[in-house]
Amino acid sequence: MTTTLITGATLPDGTTTDLLIADGVIAERGAGLSGPAGARVLDAAGLVALPGLVDLHTHLREPGFEQSETVLSGTRAAAAGGFTAVFAMANTMPVSDTAGVVEQVQALGDAAGYATVRPIGAVTVGLGGERLSEIGAMANSRAGVRVFSDDGKCVHDSLLMRRALEYVKTFDGVVAQHAQDPRLTENAQMNEGALSSELGLKGWPAVAEESIIARDVLLAKHVGARLHICHLSTAGSVDVVRWAKARGIEVTAEVTPHHLLLTEELIRSYDARYKVNPPLRRDEDVRALREGLVDGTIDIVATDHAPHPEESKDCEWDHASFGMVGLESALSVVQAAMVDTGLFDWADVARVLSQTPAQIGRLEGHTHSFEIGASANLVLVDPASSSTFSVDRLAGKSHNSPYLGMTLPGSVRHTFHRGYPTVLDGSVLSASEVAAAATAAGVARG
Amino acid sequence: MRHLLSTRDLLRDDAIGLLDIAEDMSEVQNREVKKLPTLRGKTVVNLFFEDSTRTRTSFEVAAKRLSADVINFSAKGSSVSKGESLKDTAQTLAAMGADGVVIRHSASGAPQVLAQSGWIDAGVVNAGDGTHEHPTQALLDAFTMRRRIHGDAARGRDLDGVSVMIVGDVLHSRVARSNLWLLETLGAHVTFVAPATLVPVGASTWPADIRYDLDAALAEVRPDVVMLLRIQQERMNAAFFPTTREYARQWGLDDERLLALRPDSIVMHPGPMNRGLEISSRAADSAQSTVIEQVANGVSIRMAVLYSLLSGDREARS
Amino acid sequence: MARIVLQNSDITRALTRISHEILESNRGADDLVILGIPTRGVILAERIGAQIRQIEASAPVDLVGSLDVTMYRDDLAHHPTRAPQRTRVPAGGIDGKTVVLVDDVLYSGRTIRAALDAIGDLGRPRAVRLAVLVDRGHRELPIRADFVGKNLPSSTDERINVRLSEIDGSEEVSIDLATGAGA
Repeated sequence: MTTTLITGATLPDGTTTDLLIADGVIAERGAGLSGPAGARVLDAAGLVALPGLVDLHTHLREPGFEQSETVLSGTRAAAAGGFTAVFAMANTMPVSDTAGVVEQVQALGDAAGYATVRPIGAVTVGLGGERLSEIGAMANSRAGVRVFSDDGKCVHDSLLMRRALEYVKTFDGVVAQHAQDPRLTENAQMNEGALSSELGLKGWPAVAEESIIARDVLLAKHVGARLHICHLSTAGSVDVVRWAKARGIEVTAEVTPHHLLLTEELIRSYDARYKVNPPLRRDEDVRALREGLVDGTIDIVATDHAPHPEESKDCEWDHASFGMVGLESALSVVQAAMVDTGLFDWADVARVLSQTPAQIGRLEGHTHSFEIGASANLVLVDPASSSTFSVDRLAGKSHNSPYLGMTLPGSVRHTFHRGYPTVLDGSVLSASEVAAAATAAGVARG
Repeated sequence: MRHLLSTRDLLRDDAIGLLDIAEDMSEVQNREVKKLPTLRGKTVVNLFFEDSTRTRTSFEVAAKRLSADVINFSAKGSSVSKGESLKDTAQTLAAMGADGVVIRHSASGAPQVLAQSGWIDAGVVNAGDGTHEHPTQALLDAFTMRRRIHGDAARGRDLDGVSVMIVGDVLHSRVARSNLWLLETLGAHVTFVAPATLVPVGASTWPADIRYDLDAALAEVRPDVVMLLRIQQERMNAAFFPTTREYARQWGLDDERLLALRPDSIVMHPGPMNRGLEISSRAADSAQSTVIEQVANGVSIRMAVLYSLLSGDREARS
Repeated sequence: MARIVLQNSDITRALTRISHEILESNRGADDLVILGIPTRGVILAERIGAQIRQIEASAPVDLVGSLDVTMYRDDLAHHPTRAPQRTRVPAGGIDGKTVVLVDDVLYSGRTIRAALDAIGDLGRPRAVRLAVLVDRGHRELPIRADFVGKNLPSSTDERINVRLSEIDGSEEVSIDLATGAGA
């Protein structure tokens, strides 16, 4: 395996150091390091080194929707965005509700090598919301599933949700709830308010999210289970989670980059790239979400990377699919929304985009420190750069990004997964190169 | 003007300009030869994804009176109902050389998507999109009000100080939205009256008063214009109100309420009417009713719109 | 630099002469309709109508109207959209009447062609005549004026400006190089 010497990188705590990566781990750390002959040397002066980012909410679309994304293309997008681990949502076809499917997804991820892929198992069979899926089989499979979610659909039946929360405790798992009351959001198109009324788009009331979160935190308290809330999008949701945490309820919550930056005003264009579930909300919601992320009410940022083919967005708003790609832009968006606004330092970014999502997802062997001997999953970011976000930043199959044409700060210069590079000098390495490195790393580890 | 997508962005002078051109068009309607050669050689496509014989016919007559060729492209029985996308349809129409597209669509914003897509270079007229807007209806309503109020001296005038009460299903009504924005621009004052279930969320931020009690509103406001909105069949079963009888009793313009109006108040309805539900037959047929005038004025307004969009040099307007 | 070719008094004299010529050729004011083409043609038509009523006391009061030809133009697609102007026909209509069209400048003839089409859609006059204040030549259609205030041979680079006190505040006809031409 190649050895890499990174010189002059700034760590999240603000200190500057050289890092020597060898045999998949951080081998040495300190000033004035020198690598062995033939080592790759990367000058990281001015770059921030972050632990490899971990996305608890990614749609890789494979199996079933390979025209939108595959495990290979989705993890390539992840690497481009500085991610070294992604949790793959269960709404594939077939649904990831059996050990067979989750093992297949994991195997595809291992073979691709761009990032560690951890499948998420469906809570209910076929996401049907009626019967629990074989949660135990998935937990005990080679994929070792710990996160269960019907994402895209809400587990709305109260009794079923109670059972799911209780049952996953057996396996140290967590239910990640997509909080959306289905009756209150029938055919809903955008945040309900003055703007939806003006644009004539069916409203998606905040209460449809908040009421489910309120019910679920009470259920979690009642049965003493862990609960994770996907993509909070309203100020009211932040209030409910804050209330629950103050009472010691074991709830964690995530917010997407887009809900930290974009508002419903963009929908005036009826451009379906802004159509997403949950919908973009008001300015005051964006502010509350940022505050919640700062005070720890919201634990993590997760992308909800949702690729769609062009025809799903190049049409009437009502007919368009929900979702945005987000892996490639996440770090820049978080920098814009949180760092450049003075709300966050880079240690906070490392916490919400790497350490905490790894803890919630029980991601093993993916250390998030720069201690000697730690697995070398890391990303080097140039925070001083600023550029127009364009399709060449997109490394997945789909181009449904709301940021195209926007100026965003920061860029990923290098990404290392388990000690080998997946991105160098801003370019994603080829699939064959990465797959070979992954195989070598696997052999080296024995 | 390149497109007519909504009344919200219509400037006062442009709106009055359209109403004035419609006055000229309306004079042509009274001549023996009702046709003008203005749009000879231009092709107007009526692209109707939703059935509406009235609106389609009105646009068709308007285009023909201006000597345009008219192609009716309705969704039923065409490739559109077989899953062809808006994009493919638009590109097909572009290839056929459409200069103007009049689009009616159940999806709000579809006309705007078409106009900004780059799929077709034609001028786009919104003939009603979802629950968003129906700008030509609002223009013809404003034209009708202006004529009733100002008579022969209507040209150049706005609707300053005119009080308009719009009653019924505001929530789902594109007519109500387009009227609100245009009437505000022209200086009129709008009051919406509806059961709370049919008032849109956030409507309190709109430039309109919102009332629930029709009798109290009529007594206090004494409006110049009462406009009834159609109750769609599908709303009747969707629990927005308990029964049609209760709706008619609370919010219908019945004979008693008609008699209580000022004698010079006018009664409007965009049609088609549910007689006995939102409006009684006597009210619909009374001298105060403008229902038939609205239909005739619709042709004049649509001629004015097609003329404004399609007659000039398209390059010079972009 | 603009060169003045007709002054206030020249215009008045020309209109007086045209009024007399119209009455002469029509053998009086019976069945006469004067239609001005907006904008300045309408003002000229009104002045001619007033003169005619002065000369012929029996002339009908409702003698003058306006004829907008915007909708009949063949060059609509080459200009930004024009707002049409008012068409008003005197109460007696034009059927069987002698219609005198009035315009300020006769140039290519296309406006008059459009006016003839517009008249055809309004009714069937016995005859149509044409009166213009200035004929500058360069006809593109077989059209000729019956009553001319002044023949003014001009180059196509030049612009003829007709100013009338009712709308322009002053009263003159001048000629200058069109903007963009020359230097």
